[in-house]
Amino acid sequence: MSDQVIEIRGLTKAYGGHRAVDAIDLDIRRGEIFGLLGPNGAGKTTTILMLLGLTESSGGTVSVLGFDPVRQPLQVKRRVGYLPDAVGFYDHLTARENLRYTARLLEIPGREIDGRIDEAMKRVALADVVDRRVATYSRGMRQRLGIAEIVMKRAEVAILDEPTSGLDPHATHELLEIIRGLKRDGVAVMLSSHLLDRVQSVCDRVALFNRGRIALLGTVVELANQVMGAGHPIHVEATGCDIAESVRGLEGVQKVTPEAEGGVRIDADRDVRAAVAARIVSAGGGLQRLSNLQPSLETVYTRYFQENRDAA
Amino acid sequence: MRREGSPFTGLGPVFLKEFSDHLSSARMMVLMLFVLAFGALPVGLSLQELRNVTESDPFLFLRIFTSAPQRVPFSFTAALALVIPLLAIGLAFDSVNSEFNRRTLSRVLSQPIYRDALLLGKFLGGLATLAVALMALWLIVFGAGLLLLGLPPRGVEVARAAAFLLVAIAYGGVWLAAALLFSVIFRSTATSALCALGLWLFFAILWPLVVQVLVLSLVAPEVAAGFGRIDETLAMIQTQAGLERLSPNTLFTEAVIGLLNPETRTLGPVLPAQMRGAIMGAPLPFGQSLLLIWPQITGLVAGMIMVFAAAYVIFQRQEVRA
Repeated sequence: MSDQVIEIRGLTKAYGGHRAVDAIDLDIRRGEIFGLLGPNGAGKTTTILMLLGLTESSGGTVSVLGFDPVRQPLQVKRRVGYLPDAVGFYDHLTARENLRYTARLLEIPGREIDGRIDEAMKRVALADVVDRRVATYSRGMRQRLGIAEIVMKRAEVAILDEPTSGLDPHATHELLEIIRGLKRDGVAVMLSSHLLDRVQSVCDRVALFNRGRIALLGTVVELANQVMGAGHPIHVEATGCDIAESVRGLEGVQKVTPEAEGGVRIDADRDVRAAVAARIVSAGGGLQRLSNLQPSLETVYTRYFQENRDAA
Repeated sequence: MRREGSPFTGLGPVFLKEFSDHLSSARMMVLMLFVLAFGALPVGLSLQELRNVTESDPFLFLRIFTSAPQRVPFSFTAALALVIPLLAIGLAFDSVNSEFNRRTLSRVLSQPIYRDALLLGKFLGGLATLAVALMALWLIVFGAGLLLLGLPPRGVEVARAAAFLLVAIAYGGVWLAAALLFSVIFRSTATSALCALGLWLFFAILWPLVVQVLVLSLVAPEVAAGFGRIDETLAMIQTQAGLERLSPNTLFTEAVIGLLNPETRTLGPVLPAQMRGAIMGAPLPFGQSLLLIWPQITGLVAGMIMVFAAAYVIFQRQEVRA
């Protein structure tokens, strides 16, 4: 088998006349973390549900680990772990009882169950509260319990829907560490999220959804180049001189735009930081700040939807 | 397009979880207390009265179930006809929508099971709980009868009482399926409870009245007034009975009458000609009584299956996402 774990071709979901998912193609590789981004209603969750066979597709084909989720949902669901948006557990049961129920549904042999639960709970740092009722768990702990379920399942693919939504920064950080751990185990992870800079830090590749279609697909840097154009944008702040005047004619500089918060943005086709600094100093200016503008996913996202607002 | 794998994969774990959840829940305690309170009153009082019965009655033991004591206007079976639906509704009114609201539904369905197994497991778990509860109640009544009457029941009485227990479970099953259906239709547990209870009140109180008004308004005035020809009057009574039997409460009550009152020969009108040669008050053999109420039993089981099937179809088409 190839190293594709999920293969989507022309997948479509129509509700009446409205196409929630419109003929998307997507491949997820073994051992990568793949991010699904996009505004609410862009079709991310619908796509995820179709991958699991929980919603029927209106057209197109999906292959998850070589199985068809429509015809072989049990095979798919045995191998794929799913953490729904705001996952719920049975509050009146303990974490162990909740996982035991799942383990029985998974037909894990009885004598293995407790060992696998303890192992999974250790992985998500909940080992000491495994016998507490889930009602006492915080939101972050519930999300981690959801991942423990996936670990216990020994899933080959983990699909996480908005895993970090509603978590505080510390809990988010912990969760992303756990997700990285899944990747180290060779699990392919697919996650959808709104927290763009967090996603940027864990995802190998991302797909930007817009109105049921994949608008952009690739690594964060590739996306940035598609949306922002290739180049080396820098941000300069200086006092005592006109920055635009002093860098005029500098080789490689393509565009100088004043920014609202003060300072200017310089787009160049190469790294011009040293030359810009030299120009400003020789013009008698005091250089306050000179920074390389990393293409952040947030900027890409915002820029993309600004440019496509008319279409959207 | 055919799907692979058995629809019953995972049925066992779902059933066991539902069963144990029900048995350990506080709600079950409350419901049982309610049923006990309702049952204890007529049973206790009728036992007191039956102790003073001097004439020989071959079915004295069954009278515990059916006799309405002087101080309370209803018998044990009449109390059951009223509270079994409540017990069943209490067990099932939130079985699917609470999973949805607690957001456990999509997580459970992402495990290797079909929806079939989840719904059927929930239904069977509820039915098993109901069966255990009714069996316990039945045994309590039996035990109280043995202790206070000091008279062992005859084999045929035990058989009739056991058949009554099965009918009671089937009757509970209809209401369980109805409550399950509402829990699938409505996202809000309060709405589904309200609808189920509304249906219960409708069948318990309103339906017989509605049927009466409906039938009387349809027939000619002289028939309605009781002066019609015999075949017209008969037709009217049969229409009325037919409509009333759409209610599970009627089916249950008729089945109970047939089973626990062995003298019952028919559940409809009887013409004098049909009684020719019959010995009034002589009990029917158990087999004949069973035959008499067989349509009622079939009706209850069929109703249970039909309502469950409706819940099943709606659940299969439902979106799992919030």
